[in-house]
Amino acid sequence: MHWKLELILLVMLLLTAFISLKVRDLLAAVVMLGVFSFVVALLFVVMGAVDVGFTEAVVGAGVTTVLYIVALFHSTRETTD
Amino acid sequence: MTHFSESPIIVVVGRLIAPFIQLFGLYVIFHGHYGPGGGFQGGAMLAASFLLIRLCVGEEASQMHFKRSLGAPVGILGAAVFFGIGLVTMGAGGYFLDYSLLPFEDVSASKLRFFGILVVEIGIGIAVAATLVAIFDELMGGADNG
Repeated sequence: MHWKLELILLVMLLLTAFISLKVRDLLAAVVMLGVFSFVVALLFVVMGAVDVGFTEAVVGAGVTTVLYIVALFHSTRETTD
Repeated sequence: MTHFSESPIIVVVGRLIAPFIQLFGLYVIFHGHYGPGGGFQGGAMLAASFLLIRLCVGEEASQMHFKRSLGAPVGILGAAVFFGIGLVTMGAGGYFLDYSLLPFEDVSASKLRFFGILVVEIGIGIAVAATLVAIFDELMGGADNG
């Protein structure tokens, strides 16, 4: 029924995952993981699991991103490998 | 946070948005009976607003908002509310969290379940919000020492 919206979201999912793996700036990778979580939350909502999508949006895109950023304060922003 | 620079845009926007996030978090907690959401989601939302303030205005100024030393005790208080309700109903001879056995005489069983679930949701929300802020504070505290 919502296959067009789901297709767009799944393409965005792959795109954000690929960017967060490949980008050199770790802060950009963290922000991309936040976008990834939010797209996953939107997918959950499209598939009818509103409660799961809500939790994913709050915890995955909100709190986890902040905790990753705090972990970045202890580290350097650029990857060395 | 090793080098904190104060940008007026970030401070103003963070202070403007945080109360609305808190209001929506409270709405999610109290509306958990009827719709999606509940204690955990609302508590995480409250924690997100506290973390937003901590990130925007810095560690010292945000102590007026939610003190660092308050994290663990308030979290324990929330967990105590949850387990207190559950154990009171067990003491009354029922199962864990069997709300209809709460010791209020002149209230019907359906009302008891309604308010029992509400109080338990509030406890869960308090515990989740305080614990997430405490985790953030512990991680940031390591930055000052190391």
